[in-house]
Amino acid sequence: MSVLVYVDQQDGKIKKAALEALSYGAAIGSQANLPVSALVAGQVPKEELDRLGSFGAGKVLHASNGELKSFDGAVHAALLKAAAAKENATVIVLSHNFHGKDIAPQLSVLLRAGLVTGVISLPDLSAEFTVKKSVFSGKAVARVKVISPVKILTLSPNSFPLTPSGKSAPVEKLEVALPASRVKVTSVEKESGAIPLPEAEIIVSGGRGMKGPENWGMLEALAQALGAATACSRPVADAGWRPHHEHVGQTGLTVRPNLYVALGISGAIQHLAGVNGSKVIVVINKDPEAPFFKAADYGLVGDIFQIVPALTQAVKKFKGE
Amino acid sequence: MKILVCISRTADTTAKIAFTSNNTKFDEADVQFIINPYDEWYALVRALEMKEKDGATVQLISVGGPETDPLLRRGLSYGLDSAVRVNYSGSDPFRIASEIAAWVRGEGFDLILTGKETIDYNGSSVGGMIAALLGVPFISLATKLDLAGSRATVHREMEGGEEICEADLPLVVSCQKGVAEMRMPNIRGIQTARSKPFQVREPESGEELIQSLDFELPPAKAGVKLVPADQPEELVRLLHEEARVI
Ligand SMILES: Cc1cc2nc3c(=O)[nH]c(=O)nc-3n(C[C@H](O)[C@H](O)[C@H](O)COP(=O)(O)OP(=O)(O)OC[C@H]3O[C@@H](n4cnc5c(N)ncnc54)[C@H](O)[C@@H]3O)c2cc1C
Ligand SMILES: Nc1ncnc2c1ncn2[C@@H]1O[C@H](COP(=O)(O)O)[C@@H](O)[C@H]1O
Repeated sequence: MSVLVYVDQQDGKIKKAALEALSYGAAIGSQANLPVSALVAGQVPKEELDRLGSFGAGKVLHASNGELKSFDGAVHAALLKAAAAKENATVIVLSHNFHGKDIAPQLSVLLRAGLVTGVISLPDLSAEFTVKKSVFSGKAVARVKVISPVKILTLSPNSFPLTPSGKSAPVEKLEVALPASRVKVTSVEKESGAIPLPEAEIIVSGGRGMKGPENWGMLEALAQALGAATACSRPVADAGWRPHHEHVGQTGLTVRPNLYVALGISGAIQHLAGVNGSKVIVVINKDPEAPFFKAADYGLVGDIFQIVPALTQAVKKFKGE
Repeated sequence: MKILVCISRTADTTAKIAFTSNNTKFDEADVQFIINPYDEWYALVRALEMKEKDGATVQLISVGGPETDPLLRRGLSYGLDSAVRVNYSGSDPFRIASEIAAWVRGEGFDLILTGKETIDYNGSSVGGMIAALLGVPFISLATKLDLAGSRATVHREMEGGEEICEADLPLVVSCQKGVAEMRMPNIRGIQTARSKPFQVREPESGEELIQSLDFELPPAKAGVKLVPADQPEELVRLLHEEARVI
């Protein structure tokens, strides 16, 4: 028996969410006294594979079949199935990110293994296998029991700390025959350099109070000072002020950063649905009655056009720039 | 072209979240139920657009108890062709997907659309499970979907951007914002919804893999700490020393 973790990568770089999944899998391994192996799929440089021992992998399995190049979740699920058989895995962990959400349900069918998505804490192994997941868009937590012998979990981003140990782990080449990819990626449209929202630890987000796209320089300056990603409310994306992939909330992305800074966002329930898993929320709004203040940890009542540049200066000063 | 749209019944987004029976059941008192927004605004409306443009036939399916019927009728009022309900009220996603896959095996569909996730359980599970059960490709989190003959072009979301990909039908696609323009049913649609074919099918007995035990509400926030607007340095200090996030 063992714990198997799918370590997600993009362009050869291990994602932060994947290191969290690995740390989480390693914690289950030490809880249940099981060995932990990490599975990496695709072209990844050796330095990246060598980092995984420090995050809890006892062994790293690396598969680089051509079929893995263009992402088809079915192919990755087949690879995981093969790795799970080889390692006799009883717990399989993935990140609750775009790839994890695609692969995990398909793997669940291949292994007839119960899947709990978006888990936020370690499983309770004392009696049966139960684990907590976030439901109702973060407004409640459900305790779910996995009935099947093999369990699959996808871990919510930013819900498990990274604790590198400095240990190292052997890397093994995993050679298995895989089905041909049936999903062909023809092009990629990506903002280069920007911190992807689901990975961000700090997010600065703007709403209609920003008045127009021409004012985003102010928000970006604050984000840069904080090392943050940028996001927006839905009307802002709908109006074309910002790209759609920045829109958070019920109909957009769900994020769980350590710090979410909201500038000129009223805090409608549909917006909160995407951000209320954030550890700390700062709201800056000129209306003291804005509903967002009820969900906030820190609030500043006032005009963002005055506060934000001053806050950016204060952050820069704090960081010694 | 035959399209199947999977819709699920969920509590309205603004519903108060509370639990009864020792926190094992969602408190439905005074709660309004709706079609899961991703299913209605994106999957269903995209299928409707394909019907209008290329004459596709569109069927709705929901796995649920009789309380789901009004929502299937509402779905039909957009002008779709028929609806089927599988009479199973549980919440195990594998079981739900198995019921839908069994229906698809009998009827045959070229395209199966789901929402990206249900807004109550937030599973993002059922679509991928249907695809794997049927052995057909799955593309998740689509923001755009077009068909040319038997090939689909789909834009899907990835970290910080989008990927454009292609796959042959039959195919399962989970839909989100971008796939279709939101719209409302029109009067004619509402009037004809009652007369559209609607069947109820008994479930096959199937396996369940997970079971929801109980719920809890997240710990209440301590309440907002207000910082004077002219003291941003104080906010920086609190974020560093107290909240420890910078
Ligand atoms: C089914 C459904 C789904 C939805 N999904 C989403 C979603 O996913 N994400 C989302 O964000 N919304 C969503 N919405 C929309 C949501 O209900 C709100 O309408 C939206 O979040 C409001 O955006 P906002 O806060 O930017 O704008 P507003 O509500 O207009 O708020 C602007 C705020 O800026 C403040 N302000 C103005 N000027 C200044 C200034 N100079 N300084 C400081 N503060 C200022 C105002 O006091 C106000 O509070 C959804 C709605 C529905 C019905
Ligand atoms: N009971 C159900 N009946 C029909 N379709 C469903 C049901 N539950 C979920 N779905 C579909 O599967 C999608 C993902 O649901 P979930 O896996 O629960 O997040 C939903 O958006 C629906 O399209």
